[in-house]
Amino acid sequence: MEQKTNVRAIIKNNFAKKKRTTDKAMPIFFLVCASVSVITTIGIVLTLFTDAYKFFQKVPFSDFFSTNLAPLSPEPHFGILPLINGTLLTSLIAMAVAVPLGLTAAMYLSEFASDKVRRVLKPMMELLAGVPTIVYGFFAYSFVTPLLMKIIPTLEAKNALSPGIVMGIMILPLVTSLSEDAMKSVPEAMREGAYGLGSTKLEVTLKVVIPAAISGIMASFVLAISRAIGETMIVTIASGSSKNFTFDITQSMQTMTGYIVEFTSGDAGSGTTGYYSLYAVGLMLFLFTLVLNLIAQYISKKFREEY
Amino acid sequence: MSKQIITSEEYVYDVQGLNLWYGSDQALNDINMKINKNEVTAIIGPSGCGKSTFIKTLNRMIENIPIVKTSGEILYHGKNIFDKSVRVEELRTTVGMVFQKPNPFPKSIFENVVYGPKIHGIKDKQVLMEICETSLKSAALWTEVKDRLHDNAYGLSGGQQQRLCIARCLAVQPDVILMDEPTSALDPIATAKIEELINRLKSEYTIAIVTHSMQQAGRISDKTAFFLMGELIEYDGTEIIFSNPRDKRTEDYITGRFG
Repeated sequence: MEQKTNVRAIIKNNFAKKKRTTDKAMPIFFLVCASVSVITTIGIVLTLFTDAYKFFQKVPFSDFFSTNLAPLSPEPHFGILPLINGTLLTSLIAMAVAVPLGLTAAMYLSEFASDKVRRVLKPMMELLAGVPTIVYGFFAYSFVTPLLMKIIPTLEAKNALSPGIVMGIMILPLVTSLSEDAMKSVPEAMREGAYGLGSTKLEVTLKVVIPAAISGIMASFVLAISRAIGETMIVTIASGSSKNFTFDITQSMQTMTGYIVEFTSGDAGSGTTGYYSLYAVGLMLFLFTLVLNLIAQYISKKFREEY
Repeated sequence: MSKQIITSEEYVYDVQGLNLWYGSDQALNDINMKINKNEVTAIIGPSGCGKSTFIKTLNRMIENIPIVKTSGEILYHGKNIFDKSVRVEELRTTVGMVFQKPNPFPKSIFENVVYGPKIHGIKDKQVLMEICETSLKSAALWTEVKDRLHDNAYGLSGGQQQRLCIARCLAVQPDVILMDEPTSALDPIATAKIEELINRLKSEYTIAIVTHSMQQAGRISDKTAFFLMGELIEYDGTEIIFSNPRDKRTEDYITGRFG
């Protein structure tokens, strides 16, 4: 059939009329939008650095990297090591809970669960992620701590163990769903390759799926630990504010975030050394999460199996 | 049958000294070749010989890979397509492309066909319907889909999807159709239909087709170009290439001694 309309002529004509400016201008607009988050980050870093710099003009590094933390005493000391210790201990406890539970849950959901089970389990698990952290803090203080006291009688009312465990529960959905996504995206053909050689489902999961998905799984761990390090409410409520440098997780200890909460809620007047110490601690916290994010990126590049 | 004497009106493409690099790896080496109007030109060669690269250079699709560099000229109707004044989008409306795997949009059959005319400013419903019908008829798909034009294109079989992609390409009334192994994902019956279609289309269009199947090249093409390691080894009438190749390497490939 003969074409009645000369499409070619119309297109040619339209191209002659079409302006190139929109095509050129839009990417610039997109770039501006994309810059917003970058500029914000730069702003935050600048604030942290300038005020932290003021802090270090008043307090020597040797005092900052010491175990002596007594910001309110007549002769104040600003050793950050007790805070770093508190942060790392609670985060490690959280990871000890979240990694094994999250990974096994992810294996189950991705490889073993039937569609029906998954459809029920997954949303329920994701519900955990929606619980406000203050509720978790309360849960740690008024439920988990008393429970733990029955097992460990020497446990203090405020301690590192209970908020650690609860933080682990909090980051569990993150680990599970990111790891599950990583496993799900392993192509079916790779599984078939192993099944074709007589592997059992467990062997396929452990020896094919997990190695193939390892970069995503590791990245989920690192993201989870950086959430735990930045977590504030749970540790403020359930871990107390003792500025001890101790490895005894049954005792009360303060985290970096807990310290910032304590001092921003009124104890430090603007312009005092204590006030500037907040920025120094904030800077440390920022560096911690930055390093963790870099590690996550490095891991997902290094361990990536190309498929 | 193809004419052997080539005058300047009869060829669409005149490739002159084309080199192409992926980063520092040279993928095409000094290609010189003319593509004749209203003929089917088959491009054959073993995997990695540069045949897909070559065909994608003809509508500058290859430039979507950032590390690609080219030198030399490709004259399309006498004008170098690498010239600054050429609008690559406009070039691609006159040089259509059909890909290895059918790639319809996740839209209705109708929307797929009129996608090109629509983005180029044709809005009239009746005109679009007319374009849809002619294009589908040209692609030998009309009778199969005319009652379900508004169904999703993914409901079609693979062969139908590929013919839909050809119809989509025809809808903007191109001058040249580039096909990059268009039947490699299809079964023999669907392949036969596409080949039949190519045979009919060449009266109106110039077609360049990359194929892995030498039988296919033999069945549908007027001319055949044999590529090897980024070089154009031999380019001649298909019958000559298959019956009496001049180059030993062409003969070896065609008789299946390597490749």
